[in-house]
Amino acid sequence: MRGRARRSRALVIARTDLRQLRQARDFWVPLAVIAGLFFVVIPAVLLTIITHVSDVRLVQQLSSVVGSLPKQLRASVKGDAAPAQASYALAVYLFAPLAIIVPLTVSSAVGANTVIGERERGSGEFLAHSPARERDIYLGKLVASLVPGYLTAAVGFGLYSLVVNLTVGPQVGGWFFPTPNWWILVLWVLPPFIALALAVILAISAKVSSAAAAQQASALVTLPLVLIAYTVASGTLFRTELAAFLIGALAWVGAGLALWQGSHAVRRERLLGLGS
Amino acid sequence: MSVELVGVRRSFGPVVAVDELSLSIPSGSVTVLLGPNGAGKTTAVRLVTGALGADGGTVRVFGLDPGGADGTAVRRRCGVVPARPALYDRLSGYDNLRYGAELFEVEPSLVDDRIHDAATRFGIADVLATRVGGYSTGMRARLALARAVLHEPDLLLLDEPTAGLDPESARIVLHLIDELAERGTAVLMCTHLLLEAEGLADQIVVLDRGRTLVSGSPAQLTRRYWPAARVVLDADDPGVLDRARTLPFVRSYRRNGTATVDLSEPGRIPDLVDALVAAGARLRRVEPQTPSLEQLYFTIREQGS
Repeated sequence: MRGRARRSRALVIARTDLRQLRQARDFWVPLAVIAGLFFVVIPAVLLTIITHVSDVRLVQQLSSVVGSLPKQLRASVKGDAAPAQASYALAVYLFAPLAIIVPLTVSSAVGANTVIGERERGSGEFLAHSPARERDIYLGKLVASLVPGYLTAAVGFGLYSLVVNLTVGPQVGGWFFPTPNWWILVLWVLPPFIALALAVILAISAKVSSAAAAQQASALVTLPLVLIAYTVASGTLFRTELAAFLIGALAWVGAGLALWQGSHAVRRERLLGLGS
Repeated sequence: MSVELVGVRRSFGPVVAVDELSLSIPSGSVTVLLGPNGAGKTTAVRLVTGALGADGGTVRVFGLDPGGADGTAVRRRCGVVPARPALYDRLSGYDNLRYGAELFEVEPSLVDDRIHDAATRFGIADVLATRVGGYSTGMRARLALARAVLHEPDLLLLDEPTAGLDPESARIVLHLIDELAERGTAVLMCTHLLLEAEGLADQIVVLDRGRTLVSGSPAQLTRRYWPAARVVLDADDPGVLDRARTLPFVRSYRRNGTATVDLSEPGRIPDLVDALVAAGARLRRVEPQTPSLEQLYFTIREQGS
């Protein structure tokens, strides 16, 4: 009963934070534009151009894209013509890993404001006097920051799949994306990286004295994580399913430890604006 | 006893916010914390709900320790109206109230009725669908009050509840406090506005620099700090009233249109009237005075300092 009440309070906090986020168009519209660029506009434009290249010299240059891939991957590249093969390689091995930056950025932006925002608006006093435990508040804030990131990943990669299958698919014998390793990446490897970044960012957000400081510190902390995530995403795609699974498992362990440690970050005193 | 603080101390770095604070609040009573800014009133409220832990002393609310494992149980029975309303500007009034109801575990089937009742009571029913960012100061204060009483708390803590309110809103707040206390709710109200505490307080605690300067019921404090019985007199021939100056039980006398006389004890008022009538005064007004809270407060602070 007690556990249910705690879960319920965390969910109430998460739901209310998400409701506020939905109302904050000035916050999410720019993020939606960035997501649209990375997931839809840039891949659609570039892949359409590449698949329709007829210039001989450019075709030769595109062939080198496939040639630069590791040997075991070259065999898996689909398509007969060089432009089709290059489009396939770019769709699977270049654009998609780049796009994982977007969900990370979205969750980081939301997370950085979440606790310090309560303090700055003065609403932290309401939470501090509420029956919610500090861990309920942390959990609620975490869920409210994770959901936009995961939602961006789900919707974004859904749209990305549609774009690459429609533009490159006809040239390589049908729909091909997501590949099996991509499923592992999006469902198994990306989520713990978002959680890991948020564990650090929420701890920062609970400790600093202004939203601006939280944003700056979060950017510094998440930059290496974004680079690691990109490397891991590329590595996941370049290796076997088993290797991808193991990388994900390691990331989950790291995220679990970071979240456990971070759960002590939210303190009532800090919600009241004291003890920065 | 709803609240029991004994020798409570809390500091922030080198600044001592509350020092040796002792306080008891029975159910169904209104306790008013008086004091200037920085006296420790807000810290006292935060210590009661457990939002802040005490460095020393004992805090018990409903017999439980709010700063420890019992914090959730204590806070569920408290309603707090902070000095800043602590609302969510992007949400509507309704969503703010619903958030409060859900966090304080109001039975889901009752939430809508409670919200409707509270909004009607505080005169904000017609703006519930509007975003709080567009509310006036008075509307925000009313919404914060409505949120604080949605779950029918056993202890209501109000930090400067009428600051910035128009007279109508302030009157609603004071009426609510009176009504809740009558129903058995313990009320702790911090204020530096003495007029609003007048006639409302069952107990007054005057704080200064984190310490209790004095505490007691208004009657006790009056007896202690205002021992002279004061009476205001007027007569057809005011000059005759000057005779009072010579009476042995008169402590002080001054006349400026009407005469104000301080007696050694209230029982001497008939003797004063007899003496003046015997001197030929035709009295038009004999009005015993009780000190206002403001007079009492400044007397206490003068004597305290």
